[in-house]
Amino acid sequence: MHMADALISPAVGGTMWLVSGGLLAYCARHIRTTASGDHLTPLMGVLGAFIFAAQMINFSIPATGSSGHLGGGLILAILLGPHAAFLVMASVLTVQALFFQDGGLLALGCNIFNLGFYSAFVAYPLIYRPLVRDRFNSPMAWWAAVLAAVVSLELGAFSVVLQTKASGITELPFGTFAALMLPIHMAIGIGEGLATAAVIAFVSKTYPEVLSRVPATPARTSLRPLLALFILLALIIGGVLSWIASTNPDGLEWSITRITGKETVAGKPGEIHQRLAEIQEKTAILPDYGFRSSDAESPRAETPSEEPPAPAWPQVDAGTTLAGLVGGFLTLALAVLIGLAARGRPTPANSTASNSPSP
Amino acid sequence: MSLSSNMRMGSLDELSRANFPIHQLDARAKVMTTAAFIIGVLSFPRQTLSALTPFVLYPVVLATLGRLPVGLLARKLLLALPFVLVLALFNPWYNRTPGLRLGPLMISDGWISFASILLRFGLTVGATLVLVACTGMHRLGAALQQLGVPRLFVVQLLFLYRYLFVLADQADRLRQGAAMRSAGRPLPFRAYGPMVGHLLIRSIDRAQRVYRAMLSRGFDGEVRLLHPSAFRWTDAAFTAFWLLAFGIARRWNLAEALGRLLMGTLG
Repeated sequence: MHMADALISPAVGGTMWLVSGGLLAYCARHIRTTASGDHLTPLMGVLGAFIFAAQMINFSIPATGSSGHLGGGLILAILLGPHAAFLVMASVLTVQALFFQDGGLLALGCNIFNLGFYSAFVAYPLIYRPLVRDRFNSPMAWWAAVLAAVVSLELGAFSVVLQTKASGITELPFGTFAALMLPIHMAIGIGEGLATAAVIAFVSKTYPEVLSRVPATPARTSLRPLLALFILLALIIGGVLSWIASTNPDGLEWSITRITGKETVAGKPGEIHQRLAEIQEKTAILPDYGFRSSDAESPRAETPSEEPPAPAWPQVDAGTTLAGLVGGFLTLALAVLIGLAARGRPTPANSTASNSPSP
Repeated sequence: MSLSSNMRMGSLDELSRANFPIHQLDARAKVMTTAAFIIGVLSFPRQTLSALTPFVLYPVVLATLGRLPVGLLARKLLLALPFVLVLALFNPWYNRTPGLRLGPLMISDGWISFASILLRFGLTVGATLVLVACTGMHRLGAALQQLGVPRLFVVQLLFLYRYLFVLADQADRLRQGAAMRSAGRPLPFRAYGPMVGHLLIRSIDRAQRVYRAMLSRGFDGEVRLLHPSAFRWTDAAFTAFWLLAFGIARRWNLAEALGRLLMGTLG
């Protein structure tokens, strides 16, 4: 469920960064103003590390041959309450993105929202908490955990589908993608719920004060409007932005053109800049990427009949040209060469690394 | 002290402790440059291939300057690949519009965007790996705070990172013990709750001990972060150079220009 950078667009990634960043700031302020003690600081840190450690332990799922492990969002909410749980989950996802390549950096906003928000601010306060209260050892605790986990994972999976679709990088149809993601995450949600309930049941039997002590913060009155607001916001922004993104795909290019065209060039015509412009003027058959406008406006409506039949072989086809291929491979080769050449040099002895690579 | 194979991130951590010039750069410069890089790469339209290739220079140059072992980075890159690969494979399935003709060979738009996704993946993950390997968690945390990330979150990241290895080792021992007692059979669900529950209780106990230790050393509710590094002119130059390079590579298809130049001179 961790989204990678390669499949999202900057508009979607940036929006979700803003949403998750706003939530993060809100949670941090909330904890700072209402937390009853500083003991939360080490507890949150250690519980974040606990989620990683718990993910190393797998249980076998009967009759399937596969295994499952804890995701962490729900159990954090039970142990810490929504605000701290969201913060811890965000930190877990950040470390996963940085050190485990589990989800990308631009996609981090999406991942924090998909995996942190729903469990902390929807499933826990609206499902688990009202159903269970403090009866952590009752059958209801098991049912509620499964229901809460399924709901948060399904919402998360659906958000993944929405965000991926709004980014427009994959051509997987919306319905197919949803039909793939939702059943899988239903199963994962059941596993997550059972795992959470099993751990909570054990802890409530052997060490009940852990559960009675932690989520005692009663500040939940202001939660629901906020919740509704954020869901609404996410849906609207997702919809609107995908529309904007598809009709006007190159905001960045537009702004770069403006910047380079008005400031850099007019101020002082740089040599490289001028040479490049000359090369482009001389060689450009298509002034820009050929398919940009048609492709972005209607990704799938494009038919080959719109294009003139290609007469000769090294001819511009649908925007990707042979020259592009040649140049692309050449550039890659150059990059590798640069890497190799610099690597071949004797390394200066100012390294403190114990394992500096020697060719 | 054996970390399981999927927890072996210590190598990245180790690399980040080196002290090459690229490591000494202000972490903010590297964070901002990497962010610009990722946004630049991802802002290209779906079927871009050749225009993306100049961007390869950024991770390559940084990895070279930081003397990072390419094999390790490549292995980490491949580990993250499967999910993206599966989703990318739908593109050639759903989009068979002819795209590029190479003599008798017709490559569909779907395959082109498939290759583009893989290239984006390699670039973004590569840049992230390089950023982490030549910055490290502590300098990264300090940079995040200086860039305005809530202090509580930065402290949380550093705390998590500090105890990650400790608890991972504990989980590894638990797992090993269970494997030895069960003769290698997979862990049944009924044993799962007690096992992870124990881990949880021990973790919470540890947090309390840590808290008491902090109190006894004069903790007053504020966690003080080290490394208040200054933004020097080299950092500014580094950032400006790469931003300019990304801008140029975003605006003009350098690889294609190179290819045309070459093909022009040859024939």
